[in-house]
Amino acid sequence: MWTSKTFLYKTKRGNILKIVREHYLRDDLLCGSGACKTCPHKDDEIVLMSQAESICALFDYPHYLVLDTNVVLHQIDVLEEDALTNVIILQTVLEEVKHQNTAIFQRLLEIIGNKRRKFYSFVNEHHKDTYVERNPGEKQNDRNDRAIRRAVAWYEAHLSINRVNIESPRVVLLTDDENNRKIAQDEGIICCSVKDYVENVNGFPGLVDKLSKNVIPENCSKDALYPAHLTPTQIHAGIRNGKLYQGIFHASRDNFLEGSVVVNAFEKSILLQGHIGINRAVDGDTVAIEIFPEEEWRKPSDIVLEDKSEDPGDLLEEETVLLKSTKTNSNDEVTPTGKVVGIIKRKWRQYCGILMPSRLPGATRHLFTPAEKRIPRVRIETRQSDVLASQRILVALDSWPRNSRYPLGHFVRALGPIGDKDAENEVILLEHDVPHARFSEAVLACLPPNDWTIPKEEINKRVDLRPICICSVDPPGCTDIDDALHARRIKGTTDDGLKKYEVGVHIADVTYFVRPNTALDKEAASRSTTVYLVDRRIDMVPDLLSSNLCSLRGGEERLAFSCVWEVDENANILSTKFHKSVIKSAAAMTYEEAQIAIDDESRKDEIASSLRVLNSLAKKLKRRRLDNGALLLASPEIRFQVDSETHDPVEVQAKKLMDTNSMVEEFMLLANISVAQRLAAEYPQCALLRRHPAPPPVNFVNFLKAARQQGFELDVSTNKSFSKSLDEAVIPGRPYFNTLLRIMATRCMQQAVYFSSGTCAQEDFYHYGLACPIYTHFTSPIRRYADVIVHRLLAACVGCDVTHASLLDNKAADALCDNLNYRHRQAQYAGRASVALNTHILFRNRVEIESAVVLAVKRNALQVLIPKYGLEGPLYLPSDKFTYNDEEHVQICGKVILKTFDELTVRLSLDSSNLQHRKLIFQLVKPYVPDFSYKVEDMDVEFVEESDLPQKIEKKRKGTEAKLSKKSKKK
Amino acid sequence: MPGPDLLSSQGLRLDGRRPNELRRIRCKMGVFTQPDGSAYLEQGNTKVLAAVYGPHQAAKSKSSTEGVVVNCQYSMATFSTGERKNRPRGDRKSQEMSLHLRQALTAAIKTELYPRSQIDVYVEVLQADGGAYCVCVNAATLALIDAGIPLRAYACACSASMAWHGGQPEPLVDVGHVEEAAGGVVLTVASLPSTENIALLEMSHRLHMDYFDVVLSRAMQGCRDIEVILDKAVREHLAEGWTKEDVVTI
Ligand SMILES: [Zn+2]
Repeated sequence: MWTSKTFLYKTKRGNILKIVREHYLRDDLLCGSGACKTCPHKDDEIVLMSQAESICALFDYPHYLVLDTNVVLHQIDVLEEDALTNVIILQTVLEEVKHQNTAIFQRLLEIIGNKRRKFYSFVNEHHKDTYVERNPGEKQNDRNDRAIRRAVAWYEAHLSINRVNIESPRVVLLTDDENNRKIAQDEGIICCSVKDYVENVNGFPGLVDKLSKNVIPENCSKDALYPAHLTPTQIHAGIRNGKLYQGIFHASRDNFLEGSVVVNAFEKSILLQGHIGINRAVDGDTVAIEIFPEEEWRKPSDIVLEDKSEDPGDLLEEETVLLKSTKTNSNDEVTPTGKVVGIIKRKWRQYCGILMPSRLPGATRHLFTPAEKRIPRVRIETRQSDVLASQRILVALDSWPRNSRYPLGHFVRALGPIGDKDAENEVILLEHDVPHARFSEAVLACLPPNDWTIPKEEINKRVDLRPICICSVDPPGCTDIDDALHARRIKGTTDDGLKKYEVGVHIADVTYFVRPNTALDKEAASRSTTVYLVDRRIDMVPDLLSSNLCSLRGGEERLAFSCVWEVDENANILSTKFHKSVIKSAAAMTYEEAQIAIDDESRKDEIASSLRVLNSLAKKLKRRRLDNGALLLASPEIRFQVDSETHDPVEVQAKKLMDTNSMVEEFMLLANISVAQRLAAEYPQCALLRRHPAPPPVNFVNFLKAARQQGFELDVSTNKSFSKSLDEAVIPGRPYFNTLLRIMATRCMQQAVYFSSGTCAQEDFYHYGLACPIYTHFTSPIRRYADVIVHRLLAACVGCDVTHASLLDNKAADALCDNLNYRHRQAQYAGRASVALNTHILFRNRVEIESAVVLAVKRNALQVLIPKYGLEGPLYLPSDKFTYNDEEHVQICGKVILKTFDELTVRLSLDSSNLQHRKLIFQLVKPYVPDFSYKVEDMDVEFVEESDLPQKIEKKRKGTEAKLSKKSKKK
Repeated sequence: MPGPDLLSSQGLRLDGRRPNELRRIRCKMGVFTQPDGSAYLEQGNTKVLAAVYGPHQAAKSKSSTEGVVVNCQYSMATFSTGERKNRPRGDRKSQEMSLHLRQALTAAIKTELYPRSQIDVYVEVLQADGGAYCVCVNAATLALIDAGIPLRAYACACSASMAWHGGQPEPLVDVGHVEEAAGGVVLTVASLPSTENIALLEMSHRLHMDYFDVVLSRAMQGCRDIEVILDKAVREHLAEGWTKEDVVTI
């Protein structure tokens, strides 16, 4: 059968086009029901059971469900529960869902793919009996509703052919569209709203909690608290004629009644204040805003305001009192101010947090407080509040009607008891979007057997380096060893009479096991990186590979990808070659063991001499790198000693750095650079590289001002001059000063990013921190997916492996880089959140007095760092005691002047009064300020928890890229 | 995987075909009386008219002692696409198509039978909805047969593209305009299916070697399927006993 669809389509230039598309109707599409005797089903094509038992009290006969589009869009959490089965998903619905929300579409596909759920997708749009043509003047939505009803009627009739003897299933249409339901009833179709259906389901008590409260927000005009949003058409018109602006809403962390929107037309971000000004926008939403006339502009309030812990019901407080925002006369602090008039696109996700049960006994409506402070509290309905009150839970937002003070949401699942280590880790992983589910069967099926050994023919294909004395050097307790090294003297000398050495870097050959386009490969690509929490590692590839078959353990034969150089004794590279190899590591050492082997002069064995050569060459490499302008940056790094049974941290200490750390690092850098050069030459369009842009001068302003106060003029014009002036900025007697300077310099840096060589001009390849024109990641394929791709590219160009399509596809490479960068960043945040969590656990029962340094001076606080623990946080200064000098960035109280880089003594303790946001409290001990230092108790009122953290996120140890993530590798 | 979603999760294409299904083909031979042979052929919404003159004595400049010279002219009607625009004859695209057409038809015709002669083939695309070249070749073949010109074999052309289904590569036969516009690779083959010879092969983009064989074999299968349809049409046409002489006498 054949028909054609005709559309009218408007081109960008405004011409009206008539588009005619073919649309084939088929008679070979199956209904998927086991009760059907007419369709020629094969066994595996039957999805719907012939005896579909009813779980709903409203229908006492077996039935299949057909879902309307709005049901899938709003009730996906209900559908994901293992309760509703024997469901027919029509293609009309599938396509509408795909069009409207890709995330929900993916989740729906997941459900359909799960055989046990018995969801059948029926291609009604191409079935000759269920296709409906759009009537003249009919809206698309109405046509789709009609198509859905037609399909339901068809199923009913189709199944009834066999309904003579046995009772074959009926078909029930679930829809929340009242109008649709009415017409369906008139047409004799059984239908029901989701709410009615789910509330009458037996045997699944939690199901009703997951019902989404998807009222249409703008229709609740009775008792409305909020002004109505404009319709999309009004917004569109407003933006076009310049009255409205579009931007992404960012809620303030400190003040729940304040937020900002960055708009292209304005240099400053637009300030939004109060319930009405924000008008139900949630952090991340794309909103339309109207900007007030200039005389109504205000300045951002600098007070901290948390939503009250009691539920005031559906009332909005008198907000002028809450905001206390003052209109100032000085013009430079005034920010453009406006209000939200409409929501263009919601960016809601699922949020972790805790339930705050209602005080009324037996109440089902409760408030939920998200862990993320930027998200407002949410009203949810549940009958399990007693159980959930002590749990971390996950909640999804549904809608925010005009007459509700809080957005409405529903409970998704519980994560575990509050304070429980696993639950807290789960929160960290979820909030940072770290994929951490167990590896699927499909992924595990890609693994080699547990007792896998290297096949003979594989050895024959490779360079056999087993006789060579190779060793690895890593942090203690490291089980995913992805690099090993060797160095040996070779015959002959250079033309200048210098000694020659052969140096090899051997990297675990992960791509031998992770083949392109397998389930394993896709999973690894999606995870992109191994995530290190203090007490848990979330692997990128399954444990068998990461800790065993790929890990270059001592004494075991392993496959490797080697980069081997010939160098002279001044560490000049004479030649470079890459090849796959088989190695047998002589020893897997820790940094400390390697250091001892080097220092112990009595040791004359092969390992020790090899290490000594490596060490001396590394020093020359490092010298040359620094001379080129590489920055030696620092960040406070700490290491927790974890109790072996409870996994709770028992002690924390700053990490020790030895020569051997930098030895390994130098050779990894060298390997990465060598590989990057080769790839860029070989693949001008699709080489995966890493670049680090130079920071814009504005990043340095505060840093330079602070350094000037200590008497140093730093030259930040180039990385070379910056590096030099950092070296010279030393205060005798204050050894920590220089380190501190470097820590702060780190925070002025940009984030390094992966990119595909085709997307960037050659001069932008530069890596600022390492001062090298080109760079990539090659040395850690076990824990970074970027390295896996780099391995594949390199293997293809040295003829060890074949290319595959997506490897050479620019668009795919670009999309991959976006994901890599995103996951990388999220992994760093998650790691930091884990450190914070463990710090809190560590200080649960202790109070300490420690020396500290000032990192920054804020209006109401000092940002201080405890070098011993690498801890950092705000030390609040009450404004009645201290005056803040805006120009100089100092806080003054009588004779005491506090400025950046000052050394203090502080008292550390943990405030657990708010379970959601436990925080470390820093109290000033020295210098002594009467009535303020130490004994003052009531200072937690003004706590802003590390309010400036987001800006610091970008900054890491750029100088030590190669070993970046290994720092937290520990048991 | 990269590339647009050309296959639904149920394995159907955007227009409802399965990956190995051709578009609907309808054809009619002998649609004009003036030329020596003519045919009208549509594949889906792509519709083409072909007319053949000859063989006749070749113009001096083109004449060859080796065999007949096939002269092709490809053109598109002003109204053939959604956006109406004037298409001058002999623009670069038409010239290229004419050359490609000539290559495919020359391979099919027993050229050695008519030295110093020439055959003129005119094709006009009345409506374009993807795969215009393929439809032109198929229409021209019918027109040649209608003109009674001896062929080695049917020349059939078919395109194929690549899609993914359940993580596996799944080539699509007879690519329509929507699928072409989605940006995937389109491989076009003109072949003599009964001899397994390929007369012309063209690709719109780069395609990784790994997939080339599957896409090519799908396109070749398309050619064979088309041959069956053309053959049936020819036999029916002849069975009607509706020949040129009849037309003259009417
Ligand atoms: Zn059936």
